[in-house]
Amino acid sequence: MDDTRETDPAEGDAGPNYLRAGYSIRSWLLTTDHKRIAILYLVSLTVMFLVGGAAAVLLRLELISSEASLVSGDGYNKLFTLHGVIMIFFFLVPSIPAVFGNFLIPMMVGARDMAFPRINLASWYLYMTGAILGIAIIVGGGVDTGWTFYTPYSSTYANTHVILAVAGVFIAGFSSIFTGLNIVATVYAMRAPGLGWGRLPLFVWSLLATSLIILLATPVLAITLALVAVERATGIGIFDPGLGGDPVLFQHLFWFYSHPAVYIMILPSLGVVSEIVACFARKRIYGYPFMAGASIAIAILGFFVWGHHMFVSGQSVYAGIVFSFLSFLVAVPSAVKVFNWIATLHRGQISFETPMLYAFGFIGLFVVGGLTGLFTATIAVNVHIHDTYFVVAHFHYIMVGGALMGYLGALHFWWPKIMGRLYPERLARWSAIFVFLGFNLTFFPQFLLGYQGMPRRYHVYPQEFELLNVFSSGGAIFLGLGYLLPAIYLTWSLKYGRAAGPNPWGATGLEWTTASPPPSENFARTPRVTEPVYNYTGERQS
Amino acid sequence: MLPEQASTVAADIDNLYFYLIAFSVVATALIVALIIAFAIRYRRREGAEPAHRDRENWKLEATWIVVPFILIIIAFAWGANLFVEVSVAPDDAEEIHVVGKQWMWHVRHPNGRREINELHVPTDRPIRLTLSSEDVVHSFYVPAFRVKQDAVPGRFTSMWFEATEPGEYHLFCAEYCGTDHSRMIGRVVALAPSEYERWVEAADDPLVSAGEELFHDMRCADCHTGEPDATGPDLFSRYGTAVAVEGEDELVRFDREHLRRALLDPGARVAEGYPAVMPTFRGRLSDREILKLAAFVEARAEDE
Ligand code: HEC
Ligand SMILES: [Cu+2]
Ligand SMILES: [Cu+2]
Repeated sequence: MDDTRETDPAEGDAGPNYLRAGYSIRSWLLTTDHKRIAILYLVSLTVMFLVGGAAAVLLRLELISSEASLVSGDGYNKLFTLHGVIMIFFFLVPSIPAVFGNFLIPMMVGARDMAFPRINLASWYLYMTGAILGIAIIVGGGVDTGWTFYTPYSSTYANTHVILAVAGVFIAGFSSIFTGLNIVATVYAMRAPGLGWGRLPLFVWSLLATSLIILLATPVLAITLALVAVERATGIGIFDPGLGGDPVLFQHLFWFYSHPAVYIMILPSLGVVSEIVACFARKRIYGYPFMAGASIAIAILGFFVWGHHMFVSGQSVYAGIVFSFLSFLVAVPSAVKVFNWIATLHRGQISFETPMLYAFGFIGLFVVGGLTGLFTATIAVNVHIHDTYFVVAHFHYIMVGGALMGYLGALHFWWPKIMGRLYPERLARWSAIFVFLGFNLTFFPQFLLGYQGMPRRYHVYPQEFELLNVFSSGGAIFLGLGYLLPAIYLTWSLKYGRAAGPNPWGATGLEWTTASPPPSENFARTPRVTEPVYNYTGERQS
Repeated sequence: MLPEQASTVAADIDNLYFYLIAFSVVATALIVALIIAFAIRYRRREGAEPAHRDRENWKLEATWIVVPFILIIIAFAWGANLFVEVSVAPDDAEEIHVVGKQWMWHVRHPNGRREINELHVPTDRPIRLTLSSEDVVHSFYVPAFRVKQDAVPGRFTSMWFEATEPGEYHLFCAEYCGTDHSRMIGRVVALAPSEYERWVEAADDPLVSAGEELFHDMRCADCHTGEPDATGPDLFSRYGTAVAVEGEDELVRFDREHLRRALLDPGARVAEGYPAVMPTFRGRLSDREILKLAAFVEARAEDE
């Protein structure tokens, strides 16, 4: 069963695999094993994704008709708020770092666990506290501010559970901070002997960049949301001009976090795609230093573009132009990424297993999302498309097309490692194609709707937009089914899947040198790294 | 696929949009073609040459840093230039005040004429809107003009445009503002300058405009939308005519008295073919307010 090429860390001398380290509920809920915490996150994130996805399906069903059909105006507003809050704060932001970062970072750097295992567990408890608050709000009647919590609507006018909602997001924010802290500390301090910075897999680089953003930006969001709650609870004027506050100040603070948050969501996927492309092209990623540098450049630039969300908010013309320029700059490191992936394919030995299909899908959607980002960065065009469906389509290409394809790619790439089982490959390939097509059918029409002028967050809309909305809703049904398939066959594989062996893809990287599922201690003895990174073409050097 | 081009800047913005589309299509085609070509040429198969490690080449890296940079600088500069034009109103622009409030737009023309959810403007003359909000952030958006500006409480913002074609265009609220955000819509009516003069000078009876405000504030328009499938009948086309009432053979005349009774005792005479869901306004509307509503309905009925 085990692939015998891998001699070093046989299961026997490293103890039982981490899944068998204990079967009691307690052994899961009190674990400090980074791999088990990753599984806790995987399960809870999946539940939240289903909740957020169900809201999306309802939204799309409502929008099939230009008139109110399924839900009331307030009901619709609560649904899109729910969808946004859950998908962003309780799924996309934590997704890859909390599941795959947790599972893989210690293994990729050759460590036994994260630097701070207890903080790691605490982060999951914080996440769960936030998530349970979120669910409680839904049950208790919802919140209708949009995930953006714009003031003074959120701080004064809304009469839904705003304080509870911002409390949930606030708490979840600290869970990201804990995860980010752990990743940074682990990568800095716990690398195995011989694993210099130039030998880190790009996944590690991109999570490092992500974690730095999390650490620097999340506190700003936390403070901002706390101020909304304070204003709402006490009437102290901060954002409501009726009380002497400034609503635009809120927008500056909010986007100072929430633009970088886009990169919190997308950078990890960029790292995942690099791992997958290298493995299935059997080549070192072309331009490795540029790829690592581009991740860092995106992280830094991400902090200086928040004003592009406010081109029509009354910000000065010159501020707008500067923010437009800086936003364009983000295109450069993004293009570097794409072209280096393509160069990696050149003279490779390419095969098309499921993870690679997700990587290709990712590149396609990321390119469309990135290029339409140029439209929104072009300030004169932005005036027209701001707050329309064009923007909705654009950020779904980045955040769903990009971040979620990356997540699914990672899930399919590392599933054999995490669970020790293979999934049905053919079915998985079909569902990857299904997701790609369904995604485009759902979101491409929204670009057209947006340029035609349909504003976002509209419960009812003029008749002339109906046809494209019907297409979009039809695509959403496909997409929803496409997401359900992996949930089914991956669960099936837990019991019936073939055993994977330590390295089913023939990949490089320390995580593939140990058993699948890995032993609790990860490695029988601390690995010593003697090869360059992505050594698929077999150079030796020490 | 494009909304009408009805302002002086619309065509310019669309041209820039087309440049971006052309750029994107070429870039996407290039990327997709390379991926497909490599995927076929270098697919893994029996006897294929082993993967070959390409030498890193900083010139290649520099190429795909510099070329995209130059192409996007064009888009940036073009966009910034046009933005200055879209943002800075000509000095001779005529000023109209617009106030957003949940969930309607109040408009005041320079001579004092007011309207709600409608904005009449002359063509071929620059118009500057000074925007503000009484409650939350709204956004005044006219797709046919390609302009949008937030209306922010506690400050004034402004936007300008010059309509080129007489016609009626969508007016949307583009910033989420609560329950009826998607119903905070209306129309912009662009009139030839002479017609606009006539329109704006038309006597503006304070009773009528107060009635219009009440009609929106009391949410009458929620049911009496004027559309064929609305909950309530179209008041403006029926006013002054004889209308059928449930359970009575005789038609009754829809006059001020009928309106008063409909408001105070809606169950007594139910318009035929409609459900008896009209709420009573007894105790919520004073006699004077009913008078204002009547004046408004009557004025609009005459307009139509
Ligand atoms: C909840 C929906 C609703 C609202 C709000 C509402 N109406 Fe009505 N109204 C109706 C319906 C339905 C009818 C027809 C049935 C009836 O006559 O009772 C009606 C009938 C009327 C009639 C009689 C029309 C006719 O042709 O006989 C008048 C006048 C009227 N409404 C005025 C108003 C005014 C003024 C307001 C705001 C102060 C208002 N309505 C608010 C639903 C509504
Ligand atoms: Cu942004
Ligand atoms: Cu609105």
